[in-house]
Amino acid sequence: MYQFNYQKAGSADAAAKAVTSSEDGRFLAGGMTLIPTLKQRLAQPSDLVDLAGIGDLVGIEDGGDSVTIKAMTRHVDVANSPVVQSKIPALASLASHIGDPQVRNRGTIGGSLANNDPAADYPAAVLGLNATVITNKREIAADDYFDGMFTTTLEEGELITAVRFPVPGKAAYTKFPNPASRYALVGVMVAQTGGEIRVAVTGAGQDGVFRAAEIESALSGNWSADAAKGVKMSADGLNADIHASADYRAHLISVMASRAVAAAG
Amino acid sequence: MTATGIGAPVRRVEDRRFLTGNGNYTDDINRPGQAHAWILRSPHAHAKLAKVDTSKARAADGVLAVLTGADMAADGVGGLPCGWQIHNKDGSPMLEPGHPPLAVDKVRHVGDQVAIVIAETRGQARDAAELIAVDYDVLPAVIDMDAALAGGTLVHDDVPNNRCFDWEIGDKEATDAAFANAATIVSIDLVNNRLIPNAMEPRAAISDYDRTSGRHTLYTTSQNPHVIRLLMGAFVLQIPEHKLRVVAPDVGGGFGSKIFHYAEEAILTWAAAKVNRPIKWTAERSESFMTDAHGRDHESHAELALDADGKFIGLRVATKANIGAYLSTFGSSVPTYLYATLLAGVYQTPAIYAEVQTVFTNTVPVDAYRGAGRPECTYLLERLVAKAARETGIDPVELRKRNMIQPDQFPYQTPVALQYDCGDYPASFDAALEAADYAGFEKRRAAAEKVGKLRGIGISTYIEACGIAPSAVAGALGARAGLYESAQVRVHPTGSVTVYTGTHSHGQGHETTFAQLVSDTFGIPIENVEISHGDTDQVQFGMGTYGSRSLAVGGPAILKACNKVIDKAKKIAAHILEADVSDIEFADGKFTVAGTDKEMAFGEVSLAAYVPHNYPIEEIEPGLDENAFYDPLNFSFPGGCHICEVEVDPETGDVEIVGMTAVDDVGRVINPMIVEGQVHGGLTQGIGQALLEGCVYDSDGQLLSGSYMDYTMPRADDVPSYAASTKSVMGASNPLEVKGVGEVGAIGSPPAVINAILDALAPLGVEDISMPATPQKVWQAINGSTIRQAAE
Repeated sequence: MYQFNYQKAGSADAAAKAVTSSEDGRFLAGGMTLIPTLKQRLAQPSDLVDLAGIGDLVGIEDGGDSVTIKAMTRHVDVANSPVVQSKIPALASLASHIGDPQVRNRGTIGGSLANNDPAADYPAAVLGLNATVITNKREIAADDYFDGMFTTTLEEGELITAVRFPVPGKAAYTKFPNPASRYALVGVMVAQTGGEIRVAVTGAGQDGVFRAAEIESALSGNWSADAAKGVKMSADGLNADIHASADYRAHLISVMASRAVAAAG
Repeated sequence: MTATGIGAPVRRVEDRRFLTGNGNYTDDINRPGQAHAWILRSPHAHAKLAKVDTSKARAADGVLAVLTGADMAADGVGGLPCGWQIHNKDGSPMLEPGHPPLAVDKVRHVGDQVAIVIAETRGQARDAAELIAVDYDVLPAVIDMDAALAGGTLVHDDVPNNRCFDWEIGDKEATDAAFANAATIVSIDLVNNRLIPNAMEPRAAISDYDRTSGRHTLYTTSQNPHVIRLLMGAFVLQIPEHKLRVVAPDVGGGFGSKIFHYAEEAILTWAAAKVNRPIKWTAERSESFMTDAHGRDHESHAELALDADGKFIGLRVATKANIGAYLSTFGSSVPTYLYATLLAGVYQTPAIYAEVQTVFTNTVPVDAYRGAGRPECTYLLERLVAKAARETGIDPVELRKRNMIQPDQFPYQTPVALQYDCGDYPASFDAALEAADYAGFEKRRAAAEKVGKLRGIGISTYIEACGIAPSAVAGALGARAGLYESAQVRVHPTGSVTVYTGTHSHGQGHETTFAQLVSDTFGIPIENVEISHGDTDQVQFGMGTYGSRSLAVGGPAILKACNKVIDKAKKIAAHILEADVSDIEFADGKFTVAGTDKEMAFGEVSLAAYVPHNYPIEEIEPGLDENAFYDPLNFSFPGGCHICEVEVDPETGDVEIVGMTAVDDVGRVINPMIVEGQVHGGLTQGIGQALLEGCVYDSDGQLLSGSYMDYTMPRADDVPSYAASTKSVMGASNPLEVKGVGEVGAIGSPPAVINAILDALAPLGVEDISMPATPQKVWQAINGSTIRQAAE
């Protein structure tokens, strides 16, 4: 990696200030994407502002009809949280299948969402469960947060501090992993929250996570695996690479959605 | 059998140091005053090197030197040699274009070496490398073999149509005549997918030059340090053996990819003398992907002629083999003598003809990878036989049995040069069918169908030529080296033993297996035996480890040296015990005068040899230290049967391997636990090839599968619990009657997996699927999809 200045922040505000006052500063959360990127010399930030020492950014809070997960909470802690397991088991299960044990013991929900990898799992959870992304400046609704591949509506120096998930009536996440990386080739979160049905798809879209309106509408009349499977998704706008064509991904969206509906009950 | 002798499942003695992180790998070694190297590599698959400006890099912090191909050429450094000369159909030799360690006028694949930067730290070297201004005149890349043979773009200007050679084996006329008489002809087109070896330890090297003595030392991740010394010393750098020491310390896996003499070894050895500092280089994983020689990569058309009774009467094969941008050390032998000589398989096919064209492309050189030619052959044959069963309607078990070489036919001369010495193919076939409960399969298929899964079963039988090789045979076929093995058995004064073997262990467990052999032969505890390998200053000579040869060729060398020790020790014992040497018996570590209670322990005799106060000094010399070389008279021929059972998820195309049965004839088993471990590893690599691993280049020659994000290595959850067993037939052509086990799993399993998938999909009318059978491919096959992958 190239040389950079290392800074350790004591609070979210200090971290934001450190990033905005540096030439080309970056927040360092779990580092599961950033560190390999630096090692390959694919990025050259002037400063890394380490969030690991900020105690306020770690923890899971039970809000009754919602669960709030602070940004620096590791995947393993979400997966093992009794609160998450009882209130939103789909989310605990999703977290338990991110990456591998090493990644789950280092990676954080805030880091994953700020990075917005188009094949990451958490974006499907946030969009499918209609969560709210809380930053040091504001609250951002899930539908307004994701803004294309590796892009979000976070502003310069804006730091995710927590994510608030409403407790769904029913939800499940199913993914078909990329055989090599085991990121989601297609991952689908289906959820019924209040009267709303949401189906969020990760791994498949050229612009990152998206809602599958066709499946949402099929499920709103008939919450069943068959209804989801019966939807023929268009391949337009879907990714194609050496692992999966756009058509295959389109097909897998319906299959994964139907299996998620079956799992959600 | 002693507790640690032949046949005992002794725990591997080397594992303690490996599992506790105390292995001594090349990158663990540091020499005083050591500098670090970074190799600048081509980002283009094919380009002229118009200008390489190193001036800024040379001025950068910490930089000791920046050297290019022009510097090497100015010093008269030679090209990397190929170790096996193949001849064309017309008798002319293959074309061997230059292979400069650092590119001189052209780069020919992504990753080709352009310059070396030597600096005080690795980071400084890498920083400086970014300051080298290379003016690349980018040329069109030729990746596809047919396009290469059309000759529009030449990888080497002196190789027309990019064809390295056009070789043949077998009797063409007799084969054509068999086809003219065939009742049925079955044909198939197959691709044997290109694989990227992924040893856990990346390649690394440290070069050290002693100016006072003029001696060079190279620490390197090699499977055969003496071969590297010979090739690099004699052909590249002109350093005589006594001035060049090559050390291959602990090596973390090779699978063939560390056999070859790589450019970095020569570059570092040359550069260390220039800068008069030791230099270390360790590949990053990305470099491993684009510089370690790749494996397989064949395209074949094969036809099988059967008579009206379903007997195989002829086999005709035409193969194109991708050899990459340069001829690697053994790249020419793999798609020829290690491939087409096995085309008889375990069958009595009387007429076989094969022709092989090897093709240069702008890709990483292709060379031996676990199995080396024999997996390609087995895949072709067993896919073809399975297809013949479907097309003739003869049951696949019956068709194979009808054509198998029978136990009373040995020695069996095949129509493609080899003479099999012993075996019982029907026996291992029957054992595998029983172990896999082949008879009960239809019940399991029906049960799977009830839960929406397509279940299939696939068979593969195989034979391989191992124990490579008889030097005279290899030499007659074009090998430029002998292929014997050597051993020094040094008995120390108090009776402990150090064995120096010319083979090299990089995961195989030689330190245990060979010690068991010595423990058994001398009747001494295994703790009293140390196996030493890998250092050309310690080990007399050796050809190294590949082709499942270490025990089959290296083992008899050790045995021969042990027997020389026993012969001499008997003379010493006879003298001291005042008996005739013919009356001395040796058993259980004791020398006894027959019919008396007079005896000497092994350690007493060894002590007498080194303290020769009462000694037959007029007859024999002091000391107990014997050397032996062993050159086999034939290959060894492991064989067996692998049966795979799969369940396919028709909605996603996902394939789960639910059963994998292997029954292998590996000859005498020294350590059954190590044998089983070798089979497990081989099966896993075979499953990797069949289901997961595929090297993908785009049309510009960029490696799309250049990291673990895109290249699928098998993981533990990709493979089932194996049912592996041995059914050994004694009689192999070596004193230990061992056959070899390192490669069997990777050779036998891929066609079993694919045949199982095709069996599962047969009800849907699917007749072909290529490796790796990824979920997408299986799904497309199920759906008759014509969608092409974006990358194609």
